[in-house]
Amino acid sequence: MSSDIPSPYPLPASSPNAPLHLAVALDGAGWHPAAWREPTARPRELLTARYWQDVVTEAERGLLDFVTIEDSLGPQSSHFTEPDGRTDQVRGRLDAVLIAARVAPLTRHIGLVPTVVATHTEPFHLSKAIATLDYVSTGRAGLRVQVSARRNEAAHFGRRAIPPFGIEELDTPAVRELVTGLFDEAADYVEVVRRLWDSWEDDAEIRDVATGRFIDRDKLHYIDFEGRHFSVKGPSITPRPPQGQPVVSALAHSDVPFRLVARSADIGYVTPHDGDQARAIVTGIRAAQEAAGREREPLHVFGDLVVLLDDDAGAARARLERLDGLAGTPYISDAKVFAGTPAGLADLLLEWRRAGLTGFRLRPAVIGHDLPAITRGLVPELRRRGAFRDAYEARTLRGLLGLARPANRYAATSATA
Amino acid sequence: MSKPRKQIHLAAHFPGVNNTTVWSDPQAGSHIEFGSFAHFARTAERAKFDFLFLAEGLRLREQGGRIYDLDVVGRPDTFTVLAALAAVTERIGLTGTINSTFNEPYEVARQFASLDHLSGGRSAWNVVTSWDAFTGENFRRDGFLPQEERYSRAREFLATAGELLDSWQGDEIVADRATGTFLRDARAGSFVHKGHHFDIHGQFNVPRSPQGRPVIFQAGDSEEGREFAAADADAIFSRYSTFEEGRAFYRDVKGRLPKYGRSPGQLLILPAATFVLGDTDAEAAELAREVRRQQVSGATAIKHLEFVWNRDLSAYDPDGPLPDIDPDPGEHTVARGRAQVRMYRDPLTTAREWRELAAAHKWSIRDLVIETGNRQSFVGSPATVAATIDDFVQGDAADGFILVPHVTPGGLDAFADTVVPLLQERGAFRADYDGTTLRDHLGLAHPDADAAAERAAS
Ligand SMILES: Cc1cc2nc3c(=O)[nH]c(=O)nc-3n(C[C@H](O)[C@H](O)[C@H](O)COP(=O)(O)O)c2cc1C
Repeated sequence: MSSDIPSPYPLPASSPNAPLHLAVALDGAGWHPAAWREPTARPRELLTARYWQDVVTEAERGLLDFVTIEDSLGPQSSHFTEPDGRTDQVRGRLDAVLIAARVAPLTRHIGLVPTVVATHTEPFHLSKAIATLDYVSTGRAGLRVQVSARRNEAAHFGRRAIPPFGIEELDTPAVRELVTGLFDEAADYVEVVRRLWDSWEDDAEIRDVATGRFIDRDKLHYIDFEGRHFSVKGPSITPRPPQGQPVVSALAHSDVPFRLVARSADIGYVTPHDGDQARAIVTGIRAAQEAAGREREPLHVFGDLVVLLDDDAGAARARLERLDGLAGTPYISDAKVFAGTPAGLADLLLEWRRAGLTGFRLRPAVIGHDLPAITRGLVPELRRRGAFRDAYEARTLRGLLGLARPANRYAATSATA
Repeated sequence: MSKPRKQIHLAAHFPGVNNTTVWSDPQAGSHIEFGSFAHFARTAERAKFDFLFLAEGLRLREQGGRIYDLDVVGRPDTFTVLAALAAVTERIGLTGTINSTFNEPYEVARQFASLDHLSGGRSAWNVVTSWDAFTGENFRRDGFLPQEERYSRAREFLATAGELLDSWQGDEIVADRATGTFLRDARAGSFVHKGHHFDIHGQFNVPRSPQGRPVIFQAGDSEEGREFAAADADAIFSRYSTFEEGRAFYRDVKGRLPKYGRSPGQLLILPAATFVLGDTDAEAAELAREVRRQQVSGATAIKHLEFVWNRDLSAYDPDGPLPDIDPDPGEHTVARGRAQVRMYRDPLTTAREWRELAAAHKWSIRDLVIETGNRQSFVGSPATVAATIDDFVQGDAADGFILVPHVTPGGLDAFADTVVPLLQERGAFRADYDGTTLRDHLGLAHPDADAAAERAAS
């Protein structure tokens, strides 16, 4: 299979023969709170370009589809909704879009998917930032959209108040309403971002020396978005990016975010803890997709897993115990924590794939240890089983994911006008 | 003892959305693909320039209610392209124009702090204050500001961003594996700001970057703009590139520094400058005439007149005389999203002067625009241009220049290869970088050094 030829099937195939898609989620020294204390960690370099270059290059060596880069508009916290005041974990991070841009010219194939917070930022700025990431990476950009329900982060912007609440109140009507509102806003945000990407037709730049016109302005479009939270006129100041539409992704744990994934995303990250849960979640998302009228559009559902990998399963479990000991409490995550061998993880991924997942986003517990274990242990193991690529088969992230380059939503209107 | 030779500062403005960029030249490449930016930045770095400069506009320009189609349209996101350029260069400063009306301090401070980390201390911020409702239509909150509040918000924005950037001292991360102490102090990054435009508090989440704060540029020209620069900027991007105007501006702005307790070396004046080089002065002059005709087509000349007239002048012949009707006073409705519109503060007077000039010289509309518009700042052989630039700087008409070539991305190549060596021979421009940060190149103190000095003095 070559280049970016669209798959004839609307849904990304999840058959046992389909290639498995694999991404890694990058966050500081790794996802375990004590990761930075490991000998392989580089805790004093987490804010340097060199560190990010090394890590993303390692992921590319493993032929992974893409990396995601975590971000937030406030300090990291072990608490669900508030700052925790801790000094024993990594605190401080760089803007994820800028990290992605900084490594883009130094990599060639791997997709770059920074986290962006929709709640306090401007879709106009973000749209051109991701379009530009697509230009500087020649077609490898995506984004992971996230909402912020944190009171302290709202106070960093001073524009709106978010009431205090705890994880145990998630199912109360007030918190449900708050969360639903934030996700609806995020859906509007993605809609604006996508319209702005399309606001220039691909051939809008004409450089017509005879008439002196640089652009054909009939191929630039006002998006005129009017929503509950904002209105945006357009067009973008940045021409349509190489992929047309960079890849939009979101993490989702329940119905409300499933709807965002179903309405707005190309990839949803989900967190099943076993195969049956995986099957149920995939069914739920496919139903939401149909409800959103997107059943004919490809939508990947990736399983998220925190991973600790060693050649000996006992060693991986012992490492988790040792890290938990350092942290003072057992590590719990929204995602399943897998401690075992690359072969054991390969078994699990292939089993969950049968539940309908089309790929996985692995969160290395300790980047310095578990990322190379993925690229040099898991990847060859999957390849031996015929489940993973031998070489990058496409030049763009959409191409790697089997997603066609979409037609411009405004092109048709101007052609018929 | 003779005065030591003033050192020239040179920067490169990426040619993009402006009236000087000639896109029809066969050598003109893409102004959006990263390869163009990389080529341009590497040329500037090879020439040991202080920094690369990106302008910004947040709404596409319009004329008569339609998107303006005669100039280059489209540009990348400033922060993103600068971060990518940090990967393909090592020393050159990276200056981005970022508006203080359509952004929020927490986000912009994080972006600059991140860029400064990712570039090893090479970031700079040109704080612009374009405020209008037209641009505001692309933004969701507080669409725009009344004009008289733009600098009040800009000042408070800059001060607030500074508070955030200073909220980490630089020694908080200890990362002691043995004791499990990552941070020395849980309150690192704490801030409280209560003001007219911003009422925010919490914790800034980017630890201190190599430069502490980005270098600050200012580019407005009004009385308030000049005061803002005198109080808070490290450098001004000005529009006065002729010797006499340059000297007057230089004297004016540097004269405002003492009342803010600042010395002349703390605010650099860097005008925008265009150039045309030839093997001889005569050849350069001939080339410059050609470039001007490329820059100002008949259609462009009519549109340019509309900036002043605020009327549809499409019925006029660019090769004919100027309109004898007067400009339409009041709110500008014909051309939108243009800095030039604001340049002509008194359209009636401008129109009268232009008519007199055109009549006296028998100029057509197009001749008039070519003659009065953006004249090339430096035209001549490399030797002439080097000598002129050096004279301007030694004569205090500028501290250096931000060069705006008219072709993307190779427009700087000849300057780097021919003029820069001559400036180096004159002992007026560096042969190599001495330091690694933009502050080093500009001879500006590092803010943490300032703080240390203050602590020592108290
Ligand atoms: C040389 C120069 C360059 C400028 N570049 C930009 C720019 O790239 N983007 C922008 O929005 N405004 C730009 N401006 C506009 C100014 O920042 C400012 O908003 C405008 O001049 C109005 O302020 P004033 O009344 O103080 O002049 C520029 C101004 C000058 C003089």
